[in-house]
Amino acid sequence: MANSYYDPADLRKFGDITEWNEELGTKFFDYYGKVFEEGALTAREKSLIALAVSHTEQCPYCIDAYTKDSLQRGITKEQMMEAIHVGAAIKSGATLVHGVMMMNKVNKLDG
Amino acid sequence: MIKLKLQSLHKRENELANANRQLEILSNGIFKSGELPKFKDKIAETGHFPLRPKKLEILQINLGYMCNQVCEHCHVDAGPDRKEIMTRETMMQCLEVIRNTGAHTLDLTGGAPEMNPEFRWFVEEASKAGIEDFIVRSNLTIIRANKKYYDLPDFFKKHNVHVVSSMPHYTRGKTDKQRGEGVFDKSVKALQELNAIGYGLPGSSLRLDLVYNPTGAFLPGNQDSLEKDFKKALSEDFGIQFHSLFAITNLPISRFLDYLIASENYEDYMHSLVDAYNPAAVENVMCTNTISISWDGWLYDCDFNQMLGLKVDSKVKHISEYNEDLLNDRNIIISQHCYGCTAGAGSSCQGKVV
Repeated sequence: MANSYYDPADLRKFGDITEWNEELGTKFFDYYGKVFEEGALTAREKSLIALAVSHTEQCPYCIDAYTKDSLQRGITKEQMMEAIHVGAAIKSGATLVHGVMMMNKVNKLDG
Repeated sequence: MIKLKLQSLHKRENELANANRQLEILSNGIFKSGELPKFKDKIAETGHFPLRPKKLEILQINLGYMCNQVCEHCHVDAGPDRKEIMTRETMMQCLEVIRNTGAHTLDLTGGAPEMNPEFRWFVEEASKAGIEDFIVRSNLTIIRANKKYYDLPDFFKKHNVHVVSSMPHYTRGKTDKQRGEGVFDKSVKALQELNAIGYGLPGSSLRLDLVYNPTGAFLPGNQDSLEKDFKKALSEDFGIQFHSLFAITNLPISRFLDYLIASENYEDYMHSLVDAYNPAAVENVMCTNTISISWDGWLYDCDFNQMLGLKVDSKVKHISEYNEDLLNDRNIIISQHCYGCTAGAGSSCQGKVV
């Protein structure tokens, strides 16, 4: 095993997952490729969504890939940071909104 | 006033000013170990080795390496400290070739070609040859650099010159990072002046195209999407119009190679280029339809080979002995830098090739 769980060079080997299950791997990459094509959303918009989600998922490979992808699409660092804040806001909001659940429980048990 | 970022590699006596040293780096390391295939082997997989020219379409003439800018990624290593300039004698030899060539495009480049003292004379003479597409690659800021250049837009218009200009991004920060502080504002002003006399307007025969190349160690995105973004931003922010955007990949030579190595991006960048290798782009790489002529009259397969000192593999090596038929019967010289022209949609001085 490598000394680290994450090796940047492994990102280039992502396609190798197909070797151990060709059918599912191929289906996944076909789907993945299709998702990122221009559609009702532009490929540029999709790249920014992917960048934000990469951060909320805290996936180093995805952050590496979609930071580079954003740069390639001419997206500025200010736009990238705003996208990440959107992800962070949802992530923190999703935590905090559960506070209502806590409040409901407190009110029921000890109201 | 443009604040220059640095001096040329030549002036700094950097080891990468030496073309052989660059070629050594490009053939050693990950390519010598077999981690990545050499370009020769890669194109052989699809039967493209040896790479051979097709019909000659473009004569690209480098009028000299002197420039008013010192851009971070310049493959020419151009700058104010470079003194290599084409003489009128060599220009006369070029004119003889221009009058008789089968090529439909003449492409003048540099450095800043306008800084050659014989530039205007040469353009006047060359325009008489009636070549179909007469390109001058202008860095834009030269138009605002000194009073003596202020009338360049009118001069271009008079000779129906097709202006192709570099603009790495539609935001000030990214452009100035690559090309020097103040470059963006001057470029905007120059583009507005070109627009004012008819350049770049929809339907205008006065062609104005922009060149985009990435500001860092990444490949250019989709050319059509980038063009849309550039058009929208430049029009909304500055009222600027232009015809096409050419997305060009930075080739790993000269100052960009220096940057890649210093920033520890060299290996990843070469991986990106090789991963994005597109056999369809090999069919149309510019060395198959272009001859590049240096300031001192030597002939090359492309501008990049010129900077690497790789003269054409032909009996005819100099403009003084130019013979198009003999030249077209040659093998194109390749090395690992060529991956830059075959990545993704490909890259050439006219942008994507696929």
